[in-house]
Amino acid sequence: MAATPKPRIKVPKEAKAGEVISLKTLISHEMESGQRKDKDGNVIPRKIINKFACEFNGAPVFSCDIDPAISANPYFEFTAKVSESGTFKFTWTDDDGSVYTDEHEITVN
Amino acid sequence: FALMSVAGTRIALADVEATDKFIMEFTGGKKPETGKITLTAPEIAENGNTVPVSVEVESAMTDGDLVESVLLVADGNPNPDVATFHFTAMSGTAAATTRMRLAKTQNVIAVAKMADGSVFMDKKEVKVTIGGCGG
Amino acid sequence: GRWSRVAAQQSLSEQDLLAFEPLGNVTILHLTDIHAQLMPVYFREPSVNLGVGGVAGLPPHVSGADFLNLYGIEPGTPEAYAFTSEDFLSLARTYGKMGGLDRIATIVKQVRAERGEDVLLLDGGDTWQGSYTSLQTKGQDMVDAMNSLSPDAMTGHWEFTYGTERVQEIIDGLPFPFLGSNIFDAEWDEPAFEAYKMFEKGGAKIAVIGQAFPYTPIANPRWMFPNWSFGIREEEVAKNVAAAREEGADIVVLLSHNGFDVDRALAARVEGIDVILTGHTHDAIPEPVIVGKTLLIASGSHGKFVTRLDLDVQDGALKGYRHKLIPVFSDVIKPDADMAKLIADIRAPYEAELSRELATTESLLYRRGNFNGTFDDLICQALLDVREADISLSPGFRWGTSVLPGQKITVEDVHNACSMTYPSAYRNTMTGQTLKDVLEDVADNLFNKDPYYQQGGDMVRVGGMGYAINPEGEMGSRISAMTLLKTGEPIEASKEYTVAGWASINEATEGPAIWDVVEEFLARNPVVTVEENQSVKVESRKI
Ligand SMILES: [Mn+2]
Ligand SMILES: [Mn+2]
Repeated sequence: MAATPKPRIKVPKEAKAGEVISLKTLISHEMESGQRKDKDGNVIPRKIINKFACEFNGAPVFSCDIDPAISANPYFEFTAKVSESGTFKFTWTDDDGSVYTDEHEITVN
Repeated sequence: FALMSVAGTRIALADVEATDKFIMEFTGGKKPETGKITLTAPEIAENGNTVPVSVEVESAMTDGDLVESVLLVADGNPNPDVATFHFTAMSGTAAATTRMRLAKTQNVIAVAKMADGSVFMDKKEVKVTIGGCGG
Repeated sequence: GRWSRVAAQQSLSEQDLLAFEPLGNVTILHLTDIHAQLMPVYFREPSVNLGVGGVAGLPPHVSGADFLNLYGIEPGTPEAYAFTSEDFLSLARTYGKMGGLDRIATIVKQVRAERGEDVLLLDGGDTWQGSYTSLQTKGQDMVDAMNSLSPDAMTGHWEFTYGTERVQEIIDGLPFPFLGSNIFDAEWDEPAFEAYKMFEKGGAKIAVIGQAFPYTPIANPRWMFPNWSFGIREEEVAKNVAAAREEGADIVVLLSHNGFDVDRALAARVEGIDVILTGHTHDAIPEPVIVGKTLLIASGSHGKFVTRLDLDVQDGALKGYRHKLIPVFSDVIKPDADMAKLIADIRAPYEAELSRELATTESLLYRRGNFNGTFDDLICQALLDVREADISLSPGFRWGTSVLPGQKITVEDVHNACSMTYPSAYRNTMTGQTLKDVLEDVADNLFNKDPYYQQGGDMVRVGGMGYAINPEGEMGSRISAMTLLKTGEPIEASKEYTVAGWASINEATEGPAIWDVVEEFLARNPVVTVEENQSVKVESRKI
């Protein structure tokens, strides 16, 4: 079994009110596409992260529906417009039902 | 030289027609216009297993001028679908980057759907090469 | 003969070669693609250097007599020798070797003496790799020699084949910046190198943006520097031009290792670049090529030339320029004593091995040309013979020096043609289809009509197999008539052939080092003759 997926994020700790900031996320995951065969010719079952979402203080900022063509260790970079201090919540959903999360606080002044 | 095998065992690949059909499902049958959306990808992939792809759509990202989603497809992979980005006014801009697999040289296509129902697309050919020479 | 050589050289003088009526307030000196040649060399320019699409027949895609006509150069002159392959052998005997970092040091010092502080010395890369001593010292020989010239900035390509750790170690110790606006950290996609540096010269602000070879991780082994991502990244170049202007740059210079056709296209697409100092494709062009408002400068390779470019920069704009591509005739320009001593010290521990004689050649050995070079034919023959293969492949590198008929082939000569950090000579089987795919892939990297898809090497060299090529064809349809030479039979797509080659970009490639294969072949053949290659047919096309 592969190791438990580990999320990593790069998000500023501070921003000015109304500023558009850049967010970067990575999660370790093999993203088994379901299109490969093992050495006996059997199809290796699909197991991917199929959804990524980012919320800020509970409101949706950005999300992505993911297909097997996304690379191993899925990477997303996007932006957010922040008007108040609060918490970003990041959620990755696995084909097997597992959900991996990370959070990040930002001070807006 | 040795050929790279970028996608493991090959299964029948999607074709241009299947990709078009996929795009039409996303747009609700509307033919996308050019403009507003810019797709950025390398001309030649450094590694077919992880090709950076960025999209950016011109938009104020306010309730009156909002990009709802961007579909990313490729016309030479086992399946055309790659990802669908969903934006909100809180996104600030309709810009996102991810990394994708390319089984061979093909077109990557991005289609933006605006809140008013209009659709725009951009496309770029990314070459997947054997490599290994130089000046 | 001897008399004519003396007479010809007497007509050349250091004073004439360096003569330059100064202009404006800034001088740029540009060196590129030295490929670790500390010493003077013979280097035959290509006789075939085709351009496709919009650049067919335009410099640098002009060679031989056409080149002489285009630039009004008389046959038999020193310029004809320096810039073309026309009558190369007899002119090489007349005018001697070219280059040598000690001669270059003389030029640099003289220009600095004349222009004081207002000189920028810029190195376009492919500096640390390409010789026996550079391989033995992991580039330290070139680093030490170049540092003594005090360059102001450099960028790179083959430098990266020493691997992340070594490259970082060298860069950390450089007394000048290694610039690369297009090198990014592969994990977080953030700039990994300084993109540009602002210089104040002659009261003007000059921004120098560095552009490393965009396809380094494709043309060379990515596994040696896995955390760095490259690419043309035109949008980054544009961003840095804007940032430099914002910071007050009067003019913007791109120190580029893109290759000439890529730079020509980039100049038309990105506004605001005053000068592009091109590199990688090893072109020597005696005048700037002008695209819009951008000057493109091509300074040759292997230390054969130094570009002097005087600029008149006033009120935030380039008002005028004067250019000379100075040919470094090693018998005419006297060596700088300090640099000569440094080079001698660098080479001393290796001198016996460098000069060890392996064989005598009866033919001119050279590399450059889109399809063939006799040195590569020799390497291909060595691979066929020593590795007992049906077919051999040798990469279309543009670096490597020439050996004249009658000369001994030394260890140094062999290393000048194949010194590298991934030299294993593999031997495996490939189907005819795979061989076709390889040839088509390389042909498309060389002849794609969109320069942004070109990688700037020459065609892969082939031993034991003939083929025909239509450079203007589309991907997948340029190559035909593949023939196994030993039987004269067509190559069959599904049949397997034993193939030997070297410089594979794949990790853990097994086999002896290519120079050992060549040495073994030369031991078996103490006198070598290499006929002009007749087995690649270039299909008729308009030039
Ligand atoms: Mn070079
Ligand atoms: Mn190069």
